[in-house]
Amino acid sequence: MVKITFIQPDNSEQVVECEPEMTLMEAARLHNVPGIEAECGGACACATCHVYVDEAWRDKTGTPSQMEEDMLDFAFDVRDSSRLSCQIKVKPELDGLIVRVPAKQF
Amino acid sequence: MSTDARAAEQGGVIETDAVIIGGGPIGLFAVFELGLVDVSAHIVDILDKPGGQCAELYPDKPIYDIPGLPIVTGQEITDRLLAQIKPFKPAFHFGQQVEELKRLPDGRFRLKTDTGKEFIAKVVVVAAGGGSFTPKRPPLAGIEAYEGTSVFYAVRRMESFRGKSVLIVGGGDSALDWTLNLQPIAKSLTLLHRRDEFRGAPHSVEKMRLLAAEQKIRLVIGQVSALHGESGRLDAVTVKTKDGEERLPLEVMLAFFGLTMKLGPVANWGLALTENLIPVDTEKFETSEKGIFAIGDINTYPGKLKLILSGFHEAALMAQQAHKYVYPGKKLLFQYTTSSSSLQRKLGVS
Repeated sequence: MVKITFIQPDNSEQVVECEPEMTLMEAARLHNVPGIEAECGGACACATCHVYVDEAWRDKTGTPSQMEEDMLDFAFDVRDSSRLSCQIKVKPELDGLIVRVPAKQF
Repeated sequence: MSTDARAAEQGGVIETDAVIIGGGPIGLFAVFELGLVDVSAHIVDILDKPGGQCAELYPDKPIYDIPGLPIVTGQEITDRLLAQIKPFKPAFHFGQQVEELKRLPDGRFRLKTDTGKEFIAKVVVVAAGGGSFTPKRPPLAGIEAYEGTSVFYAVRRMESFRGKSVLIVGGGDSALDWTLNLQPIAKSLTLLHRRDEFRGAPHSVEKMRLLAAEQKIRLVIGQVSALHGESGRLDAVTVKTKDGEERLPLEVMLAFFGLTMKLGPVANWGLALTENLIPVDTEKFETSEKGIFAIGDINTYPGKLKLILSGFHEAALMAQQAHKYVYPGKKLLFQYTTSSSSLQRKLGVS
């Protein structure tokens, strides 16, 4: 099991355990993490599962693909650490990952 | 006679057996199931094309769990459903949403869309999926106060932007097209996008870059972080760029951030709702109101799975009950399309 910490805009933390091969979005939905809407269900087609990856973890989560980068145009307050959580696959190397949920999805 | 109903239009009001709200895969298949039992239908959808999420969100993405179609894209399944329902000649009403739904004293329903189109129907099928697609509203504090006066998500009349200082936000075709179209008539035009890369058609990007090079427009890379103005009139926005913050004076802002799904007017029709979904029974998929059905992603019941295939099943069972309302007292003989010559006649294959 891989542990992921979601930090809300009010700084409250929620640690969820998930199986590798899930996406971060699916892990968040499974554990009812607020603020991850995932309107399109993981098709990289809506930008409502936007998260900010903690600085220390950005190398391990990698950079967005062209499609994800295009879709991030539809997110609000996009930063260098922005990712769509449906495009991050949970894997053992991500055990301990910290991501922040934006104040608002669209 | 309602069977062959190319719905008589009387005094601008369309009389029909069924109005289907939502033209996604389930709304489309509902035409088929209703058609088999001689219930004719009109479909209303807010998009300008059929297919709902399949066509709008993932036209090119493969779907793997449609029985009998090992792999099919969102657009393909839409096209195949359109071919399948063609014999029933559904009437489509795109680019509008049903705003009002009321029961008439005779038990039928009167529906009115936001473009003023009116229907009288014996049954209503809500197949609205995740809700209506509506333009995304940037979650900026106080933006509601400026909507319709200084903030717009679409251009209805170009002339209303003549002589104005305009800010266009976005990086796709809408943002680029309106930049090119409004530049000649606006007093000044700034295009703002979060990165120096645009998703729009290459020739539009080229034209836009040329205008920027000639200083006919200003291209700013950044994001709006605050709005400034009073009594519904915007006079500036704060833009965050790599170099810090900038206050950008303007009169109107056009924001193009794509579409999102909102439940919309469905919430106002007096139907029981559970967390923005419509509870139905699993025999007829009928809502708390007799004669109003809800099928596909918009409904909920114990064990509900939001799958296209579940919606297809729901459509078939819904049609059985809809038949009872459209043809009271008439017994419905259950038949197979494989063997029934009457069904085959309806499908135009015999």
